[in-house]
Order: sequence, then C-alpha cells, then structure tokens
Amino acid sequence: MFANKRLGKELAKIQQSLPPGIDFVSAPDFKQWEMDIRVLDANPLYADQTYRLRFRFSPNYPIEAPEVTFIHLSQPLRTIPIHPHIYSNGIICLDLLGTQGWSPVQNVESVCMSLQSMLTGNTKNERPPGDEEFVRRNTQRPRDIRFVYEDSSV
Amino acid sequence: MDSDDEFMSGLSSQDEDDFGGAQESDDGSLGDEFDDEEEPDVGFSQDKDLKPARKSYEVDYKVFSPADIQLHQDKQIDEVSAILGQPSEASAILLRHLRWNKERLIEAYMEKPDAVLETAGLGPDAAQTPTTKVIKGFTCDICCEDTPGLETYALKCGHRYCTDCYRQYLAQKIKDEGEAARIQCPTRGCHRIVDAKSLDLLVAAELRSRYQVLLTRTYVDDKENLKWCPAPNCEYAIECGVKKKDLSRIVPTVACSCKHRFCFGCTLSDHQPAPCSLVKQWIKKCEDDSETANWISANTKECPKCSSTIEKNGGCNHMTCRKCKHEFCWMCMGLWSEHGTSWYNCNRFEEKSGSDGRDAQAKSRQSLERYLHYYNRYANHEQSAKLDKDLYLKTERKMMNLQTASGMSWIEVQFLDTASQALQQCRQTLKWTYAFAYYLQRNNLTEIFEDNQKDLEMAVEGLSEMFEKPTTELAALKVDMMDKTSYCNKRRVILLEDTAQNLKAGE
Ligand SMILES: [Zn+2]
Ligand SMILES: [Zn+2]
Ligand SMILES: [Zn+2]
Ligand SMILES: [Zn+2]
Ligand SMILES: [Zn+2]
Ligand SMILES: [Zn+2]
Repeated sequence: MFANKRLGKELAKIQQSLPPGIDFVSAPDFKQWEMDIRVLDANPLYADQTYRLRFRFSPNYPIEAPEVTFIHLSQPLRTIPIHPHIYSNGIICLDLLGTQGWSPVQNVESVCMSLQSMLTGNTKNERPPGDEEFVRRNTQRPRDIRFVYEDSSV
Repeated sequence: MDSDDEFMSGLSSQDEDDFGGAQESDDGSLGDEFDDEEEPDVGFSQDKDLKPARKSYEVDYKVFSPADIQLHQDKQIDEVSAILGQPSEASAILLRHLRWNKERLIEAYMEKPDAVLETAGLGPDAAQTPTTKVIKGFTCDICCEDTPGLETYALKCGHRYCTDCYRQYLAQKIKDEGEAARIQCPTRGCHRIVDAKSLDLLVAAELRSRYQVLLTRTYVDDKENLKWCPAPNCEYAIECGVKKKDLSRIVPTVACSCKHRFCFGCTLSDHQPAPCSLVKQWIKKCEDDSETANWISANTKECPKCSSTIEKNGGCNHMTCRKCKHEFCWMCMGLWSEHGTSWYNCNRFEEKSGSDGRDAQAKSRQSLERYLHYYNRYANHEQSAKLDKDLYLKTERKMMNLQTASGMSWIEVQFLDTASQALQQCRQTLKWTYAFAYYLQRNNLTEIFEDNQKDLEMAVEGLSEMFEKPTTELAALKVDMMDKTSYCNKRRVILLEDTAQNLKAGE
C-alpha cells in the first residue's frame, strides 16, 4: 500500500519525539491511529483538559487527507472541545482537512499541531451555528461532507 | 401577511433594457458560423400561425455541442495567440489562467507580460521541456522514500517530490476532484499552478482524455453566459445573454438539443411563468410545510358521496366513482357537472375578509388554508404530469395496436405524442402558475391572470380526459384531439405572454 511506507516512517518519528502537548496513544495498524492533545497555555476554555483525536487513513494517504475527528471517552475522560469549528459529535470543520486545503506534505504531527493552535487561539465558548441540527441529521463520514470555510481566522 | 407573500409589490421598474435583445458581445468569440444552425424548437410546430415573432416570454439562446465548445475555445485561443504572439499552447494556458476573460488577459499582458507569463507558469524558460531529475541524497516529503536513483520532479517553485508521488497527486486531483486547469503544487500554501507541459509529462495516458474533458469544462464553467445542460449525461451547453440582475423580470427558459427544458437562471426545470426567486421561496416553503401539506397530495381520496376509496390513475381531474358512479372534481371534490359549463372557481382561492380575520388563530388557519389551496393545485399538476407520462408509455403500446387494427401509419398516430407533450408542458406551466398566484398581490391584473389560468386549466382537463379514452375510440377522436392540443398550446402561450409582459414592466 502507498500509505504504509509513509505511515511507518511517521510512526517511527512519532514514537521518538513529539512537540509538547501532543501524545501518541495507539497505532494498531495503518488504518486508524489515536493521539492526545492538550492546550499549553492557560486558556480557561481548555485548561487541564486532554482531548483524544482519531485519525483514519485511506490507502491513498498522504495524497488524500486523513479523516480526523475528536472522540468521546469516559475512561480516561475525553470530551469534545468546545469551539466554533468543532461540532459536538467531534467532526471538525477545518480547511486543511478538506480536499482543497490538504497538502500531502502534512502529516499526523502537523495536523495535531494545527488543531492545538486552533484551540489555543480560540476565545469563543460556542459550537458551530446549527450544531444541534447538524449532529442530529449527520450520518455522513467527515470526508463526504462539503464544508464551506467562510472564516479562516479561527 | 408575511413579507414573502408580497412578491409582486417588491418588483421595481428600474431601467427598461431589452432582456431578450441582441446579446451584448462582451466576447467576440461567438461568431456567426453557428447562426445558420437550426434554431431549437421552442415554438409549437403544429401552430404555424403562432410561430413567427419571438414571444415576450422567450429568450435568445444557442445550444452548443461538445464540438461547438471546442471550436469556440480554439477560435479564442487563435485570436489571443495572434495578438500576443504566443504559441497557441501558451495562449490556452493564459486564457484558462485568467478564466477565459480575453480582454483582461490582453490588458494585463500588454502592461506586464513577464508577470502574467510567470504567474501562469510560463516563465522565461518555459520553452524548455520539463524533465524529471535524480538528485543525490533526496528524500521525498510525501512518501518518505530515500532510495538512491529516485526520479523526482519540481515545478518552478522548486518544491520537489518523487515522480510517483507527483503522479498519484495529479491522478487524485483529476480523477477524484475533477480539477485540471488550476491544480496547485502539492506544497501547502504554494499556489504555483501545475502547467500543461508538466501534466503531459506526469499524467498517465489513460487520464489524458479525462484531463482534456475537464479543460474543456472550464471554458463553460468560467463564462457567465454559458451553462451546462443539467440533464443527466447530457454534454451540451447553452449560451444565453440573460444576466443575474435580469432574473426578477424575466424567466429564461431554454431547451437543450436533448429535449430537456430548463431555466437558464437557476438551472431547475422550466418554471415559467414564476421568476427564479419566487420558485426558490416556494420550494423552500413546501419543504418546510411538507408535513402539514403531505396529506393533500396523497394519491387516494374518498368518494365524497359513498366514501369508498378512490385511486387516481390518470392525469384527468374528472373522477367517476366505480361504486356509486358519482362524478366529481379531484381537486376541489365538488360536483363535476358544475365544472363542465362553468368552472366554478376551482383555480381561485377566495380570500376571506371581515371579522374572523381579526383573531390570530383564525388568521393563521386562514393563512394555512390559503397556502394549502395553492399547494394542492400545484402538487396536483405535478402528480398529473407524472401520471400523464405513465399513461403515454402505456398508450404507446396501444398506438402500435391501433396501427395494425386501423391501418393508420406511425406518422398518422403521432397526434397522440403531440398531445402528450402538450399536456406535459401545459401542466408544468399550470403547476407554476399556482406558486406564482400564491405570491401574487391582489390587483386588477390578478383577475386577468386567474382567467388565463382558468382557461388553460379547462383546456388541459379537456385534453387530458380525451387522452384517457380507450384505444379503440382514439382513431375517431383524432381531429378533435388535434384541435384540443393546439387550443391548449394557444392558451399556454397567451398566459405566458401576458405574465411575461407584466413581469417585464415590473407590475
Ligand atoms: Zn514520494
Ligand atoms: Zn511549490
Ligand atoms: Zn441537454
Ligand atoms: Zn429559474
Ligand atoms: Zn362513490
Ligand atoms: Zn374542482
């Protein structure tokens, strides 16, 4: 598979070192990995919280973007961070994860860092508009959703 | 009344430009070579006396085949090539890069030729044929491959990847994302466009034709006066000069060579006489209210006399109960006998006025009733049009039987096809007259509109009823049916003509 070699290299690097606030959780195969991220500053919205990310890779990764979502767990406790671009079911509306914004030079680590800084910079204690409706209706996988990225500042 | 109920009052009567008039030739490409082509058949061939001048609800347009589109592109490319002194390959890239805006390209090029060439990926050494390179000690940032002797490629920006990754990347863009003319360098944030020569070098042969198709598509996609026919698998495009700002005062219905009739403004199926914005509002309203209104459009009703269940199986509204032989109107459930001579307001909603309008509950009930009145009729024609279609499919077989039985030729039984088409088209128009009427403000023009609507409605029901007669009777009905067909078409033209004129005048 095209993805395997690249993911193998990424895994080797990730297991050696990662930037602060980003932790490796599991990589049972080259299809699905989990990572934890924390916000490093004292942003009251996310203080003392760790969030779990699930990466799903297609065989065509990194030409195709991975599917990245926040997931909910009770043991250890992992919630979905509040953010105007994160739906309460964990789906993230971020251009770099869409076909237009994704670049194959990015990797798991750089995606984690982007999401970390997306949380760090946020001051709005709110979900995306229409969150309830979206979560109730949405049965699609993130890659099948066409988001409109009207606000690239957040 | 809600603001969305007051559509007609919102129409302004600003500038009186002639919508259907000669197209502004903001690009000189649309040459005369297509003028000799057969005009699309938007008229009614059996109504020769109605044919000549263009009606006020008609717009000028042309249908382009894939070959026409290619020809137009090539012509523009040649022109630009002659003006800029660039080879046609480079001119094509420049034109696509500037979204086929020839004037802007020439202007920009005259001012800063180098900058224009550079941003389009045609820098000074563009003449060189791009090649792949083997670089010592290279690691590909996409696949992490570092095997010695790895073939690599980079655009002018210098972002280098192995050719395998480059190929995969381009294949993904072309195949899955349908991009061709503006694929960017794989590096995040680098906006360098992958030029045609690089594509030729890296794209696999089997993707080339797909790539060519996509390049052709940009020509239509980028031009405001060109649109693809929305019919599934149709490869034709329509050229029409009607602009977005004109859409409140004209409904630009066009007919593709594939027979599909659609609105050039919003690409939905033909919705004359209702303007695009109203159609959008109406569709949204129907979606929002669908649960309330659903029961109305159901396909079964009870006989108003004996309460046995009656299923509608044809397009006609004249129902006869199998059990008690009661004859009634499907739409209003009233006695059919009262319809035959005087169509007793079956198309008109009587606005209730006076005291009961005062309390809010009665008001909201009345507003729902009013909506249901129009929705009922709208949905009914939609449903009937579908049933007429099914009926025609069944009749087609009977037509063949009739041929053998009566000795009529295939040509001689074509009147059924003509009638079926007229029914479809008239029902489509009638359907939208009800959406239109819902938003219509009451004034002296409303009555004319409703009279026209009523006349068309009666003509259609008459034809529809005849259409449902047993096959054995059809031969004898031929002349009558042809008359009724032509009458229906005439009524439709009158209704559209009147409405279009008022719309254009902003009344
Ligand atoms: Zn590579
Ligand atoms: Zn680049
Ligand atoms: Zn078509
Ligand atoms: Zn329209
Ligand atoms: Zn009955
Ligand atoms: Zn009736």
